[in-house]
Amino acid sequence: MSSTADQTDETTSQATRASHDDVQRTLEAVWRMEAAKVTAVVARVVGDVGLAEDLAQDAFVQALEQWPRDGIPTKPGAWLTATARRRAIDRIRRDVNLASKLQQVGHMEELRMADLAEGDFDAALEDIDDDVLGLVFAACHPALTAQARISLTLRMIGGLTTREIARAFLTTEPTIAQRISRAKKTLSQDGVTIEVPSGAELAPRLASVLEVVYLIFNEGYAATSGRDWVRGDLMEEAIRLGRVLSALAPGEPEVHGLLALMEIQASRTRARIGHDGEPVLLLDQDRTKWDWALIRHALAALDRAVSLVDAARGPAGPYVLQAAIAACHARARTPEATDWPRIVALYAQLGASRPSPVIDLNRAVALSYADGPAAALEVVDGLVASGALADYHLLPSVRGDLLARLGRDEEARAEFARAAGMTQNDAERALLLRRAAGED
Amino acid sequence: MRFMIIVHSTPETEQGTTGTEQQFADMQAYNEEMLKAGVFVDGQGLHPTAKGARVTYEDGDWVVTDGPFAEAKELVAGFSIIDVSSREEALEWVRKWPVSCAPDPGQALELRQVFAAEDFGDAFSPELRERDEQMRAEAARNAAQG
Repeated sequence: MSSTADQTDETTSQATRASHDDVQRTLEAVWRMEAAKVTAVVARVVGDVGLAEDLAQDAFVQALEQWPRDGIPTKPGAWLTATARRRAIDRIRRDVNLASKLQQVGHMEELRMADLAEGDFDAALEDIDDDVLGLVFAACHPALTAQARISLTLRMIGGLTTREIARAFLTTEPTIAQRISRAKKTLSQDGVTIEVPSGAELAPRLASVLEVVYLIFNEGYAATSGRDWVRGDLMEEAIRLGRVLSALAPGEPEVHGLLALMEIQASRTRARIGHDGEPVLLLDQDRTKWDWALIRHALAALDRAVSLVDAARGPAGPYVLQAAIAACHARARTPEATDWPRIVALYAQLGASRPSPVIDLNRAVALSYADGPAAALEVVDGLVASGALADYHLLPSVRGDLLARLGRDEEARAEFARAAGMTQNDAERALLLRRAAGED
Repeated sequence: MRFMIIVHSTPETEQGTTGTEQQFADMQAYNEEMLKAGVFVDGQGLHPTAKGARVTYEDGDWVVTDGPFAEAKELVAGFSIIDVSSREEALEWVRKWPVSCAPDPGQALELRQVFAAEDFGDAFSPELRERDEQMRAEAARNAAQG
């Protein structure tokens, strides 16, 4: 049905528009719930992720046209799946090339079954979990750029519209639309399927998926310091993706580790911004403002991760270790109750698995609370001597803090002044300049 | 945003009936679906009010009244908490509630939004603020000693 058919007369058009908005809101909500499943079912039929996404979107558009007229179906998810699948089958019947391609890859048998069982959607959805998981792996495929992976994941798994993704990333709809269509083309050209990788392939592919989810989270996390709640939604979206993954891949410790890490960081959202929008450091945060329900959820996820690591007798991965560090803070009801020796040990473990001067700097800060500022200063001076982090304002900032705590005030002020000249963040610069002037 | 789906009591739940095998299976499948969609946070059933109590503050003291309580329709028998992106999505999840577990005709499942941190604004009681100050002072003292 075309949109011109709606414009018969003024009254009908008004009434249609009101209900059209209602239906659109409901459809968008249903789409958030079903997009991944609909796309996965179609991808299983046509064997092409890019084409599956197109056909799933077609079903969405068809719902947008039909639901305001015919009412919302009793089972909207099943309606969308059935519609998308029917379109997929029509497409294969029409497109001789596609049919022969599917024949070559041995896909026709499944297709015939799909065709026969056209009415039986529950059966199609029964074994959907692996297909949805496979779709996540496809969206985060290494052949795509990081930006493309993010957009495609939000679109195919999160069920976000192009408009929503564009708004979240402060860019235009055509930019995102183009990014997604290019990504889909790449997936088609590379013949990426929705198989869940196995064997030696699994670890790097899973790392890519987790990286995408954490990038989405960090985009939202960085934005919340600007009190930008729209972009803060990205944090919630990433957590949701993390929860989906932990349900679909319950045997992977890093999946639970990432979820725990994100939930603990998100639990501090309200405490990390002061009355005037200034950042509040972890140890200065009012812990009554933390989201304790989220923390409990996170600690349970971390427990699952740790038992899996123990059962496999393997070393913990970077997300589990970072979550364990975050958990040391989350478990402490007051800053002085923090288990600093454990944090030092965890940073050492993290640094051993992937050496990084930033991790060493963090370890030094923890060490300053566990063993005192003198021990920490040794580590920091080592970093300074190595020349690493020469452009990183936190290096002089941390060094200044340690010197101040050792009573070496003059040297401390010089470090704060240096750090103030290096930061890009206004609020941080103001704080550092105050300390450089000896006011704090 | 988090929502709570509240299930009210029936004479059966007040008797301590926990449901049929079918109802259990349907509810488990429903919770699993929500879990895989990343929206399930928590879901619990409550014992009959016969095992509970009401505690009221009267004339300067707390008074405990043991259950059971009469008005079954207004009592809570269980709840689910879900984390979704909109009120519409919460409603769509409620619409998926297993039919075998649907309340009796004339009774309802109740949907309520849970307050989130950002709903509170900056209202902060003076008492809390004071405790906050004390905590910081303590932390500073400890750090100085360390």
